[in-house]
Amino acid sequence: MIKDKPLIIDGKKIKSRLFLGTGKFRNKKDVTDCIKASGTEVVTVALRRIDLKRHEENILEYIPKNVNLLINTSGARNAREVLRIARIARESGYGNWVKVEVVNDSKYLLPDNHETVKATEMLSKEGFVALPYMSPDLYTARELVKAGAATVMPLGSCIGSSRGLKAKEFIKILINEIDLPVVVDAGLGFPSQAAESMEMGADAVLLNTAVATAGNPKALAKAFALAVQAGRTAYLGAPREEKDSASASSPLTGFLFEDKK
Amino acid sequence: MITLSELKDILADEDPQAIEDLAVKAKTITSRFFGRTISLYAPIYLSNYCDNGCLYCGFRHGLRIKRKKLTFDEMAGEMARVSGAGIQNILLLTGGSRKQTPPSYIKKAVEVAGEYFPSISLEVYPMTEDEYRQLYRSGVDGVTVYQETYNRKRYSYLHPTGKKSDYEYRYLTPERIAKSGIRNISMGALLGLWDVAEDIHELFKHLSCMERNYPGVEYSLSFPRILSVPGTKFKSINVSDLTLIKLMCLARILFPRVGINLSTREGEKLRDHALGIGVTRISAASRTSVGGYTGTGENDTQFDVRDRRSVREVVSILKAKNFDPVFTDWRRIKNGP
Repeated sequence: MIKDKPLIIDGKKIKSRLFLGTGKFRNKKDVTDCIKASGTEVVTVALRRIDLKRHEENILEYIPKNVNLLINTSGARNAREVLRIARIARESGYGNWVKVEVVNDSKYLLPDNHETVKATEMLSKEGFVALPYMSPDLYTARELVKAGAATVMPLGSCIGSSRGLKAKEFIKILINEIDLPVVVDAGLGFPSQAAESMEMGADAVLLNTAVATAGNPKALAKAFALAVQAGRTAYLGAPREEKDSASASSPLTGFLFEDKK
Repeated sequence: MITLSELKDILADEDPQAIEDLAVKAKTITSRFFGRTISLYAPIYLSNYCDNGCLYCGFRHGLRIKRKKLTFDEMAGEMARVSGAGIQNILLLTGGSRKQTPPSYIKKAVEVAGEYFPSISLEVYPMTEDEYRQLYRSGVDGVTVYQETYNRKRYSYLHPTGKKSDYEYRYLTPERIAKSGIRNISMGALLGLWDVAEDIHELFKHLSCMERNYPGVEYSLSFPRILSVPGTKFKSINVSDLTLIKLMCLARILFPRVGINLSTREGEKLRDHALGIGVTRISAASRTSVGGYTGTGENDTQFDVRDRRSVREVVSILKAKNFDPVFTDWRRIKNGP
């Protein structure tokens, strides 16, 4: 058995280990429904999409007040732009939790780890709670710890791809070696992939496209929440390691004990 | 990358099932990367003075049309009207006259627009890298520049006079824009000037080359069809709705994350159907004459608007089709160092 450890970010205990994004939905009411159906407590919103002029189009109006708002820096291409976006968010009253998103490649949308570390350091110095989105790399993760990150959020596979845990081996290394919460962010298209992430020991998952573009987003939000719970429960129960084939007990060394039988 | 002969084969194929299959593929990719969101923008024409002699254009130098350049007060009036209708992404356009609308005029226009819009794009004559950099620092997020046609011989024929006759300078414009730091570049070819397959094949190659060399830029594509313009003898090559839809599908399949724009040049029916296939950004309630929103301007337009619906009408159509209209897709931050 593995001892359960609460997920704590910035001193706050987060019960739901499913974080939700708010982009790509067909309407904003679905966002509310999905937040409620999943029980998520951390919701990320791109500052660029917050419409201050039109009340009925302002995504913030559709996010229940009891969830933690995680402003993401979508559109930032370097650390400097991350800091500018974060400052605007804080001055606008959106809190100080920032999902650090630095993308300087519009074809694959892969995060720029180098700028992400710089941005995290700059944000931490200014008192922000930085949750950096990253390509899973041990050296970068260690730098992020030093830079003051609150979590590390490695991608499972390319954003929006629904390809699941293509980076599994590397995320596993982060789970083993990094003391901060590890949140698998991006690429999870199916509840089974979310369960797999949690089973291997991720502290939480963050997803958006899979729910937002589903035929029934609310149903998928609920399904993901259940999958995350199942995966976490399984992790705590320490499932047996997978084996390639069935095996008799001790076929190689059993002979050593034959005389004792 | 698709070959020219593959592209020609696809455009020649009239099998309805093959076209439907193409559209389904495009729709799936669009949904994955853009979800159910459609961004809205509107153009404001600042001036119709032009030094170029493009044979197909209603604003070209030498044509007897009423010329007008908005004063800064007049443009503020236009901007207030457009912003009041809910639009937050603005595209500022001028004719190709550096004399009448120099970079300093455009820079000032951008500063005025900054009072009304969180995101500002330009469609003006090509500039130097340094001029683009200054505009970027003034708050420009995007620039639209079409090569018009990629066939050099045809290009020379259609652009006989003015700075625009320099094919190379125009072709290298997206590179200068990218180097300046501007975050969005919209590229395209004017459909109907030359063989569509050849132009689009070159456009795709141009975009591919830009993506490889300037990966940090967000790219979008436009497929404007040239219509006949009063006062010109130019005869365009017909580009059917079917071809246009196929081009948008191909663009989506080959460039999954690239935005696809569709303006009010196109009619309601085509625009409404294209939404579900690959288009991610549309203009709404556009006026294409200088001073067109406040009624203080001239009647001459660069092209006729075919979809005349108001912003409110477009929004309600989007919602009825289960799309989420996005008014703001950027928040002004200080550009540059």
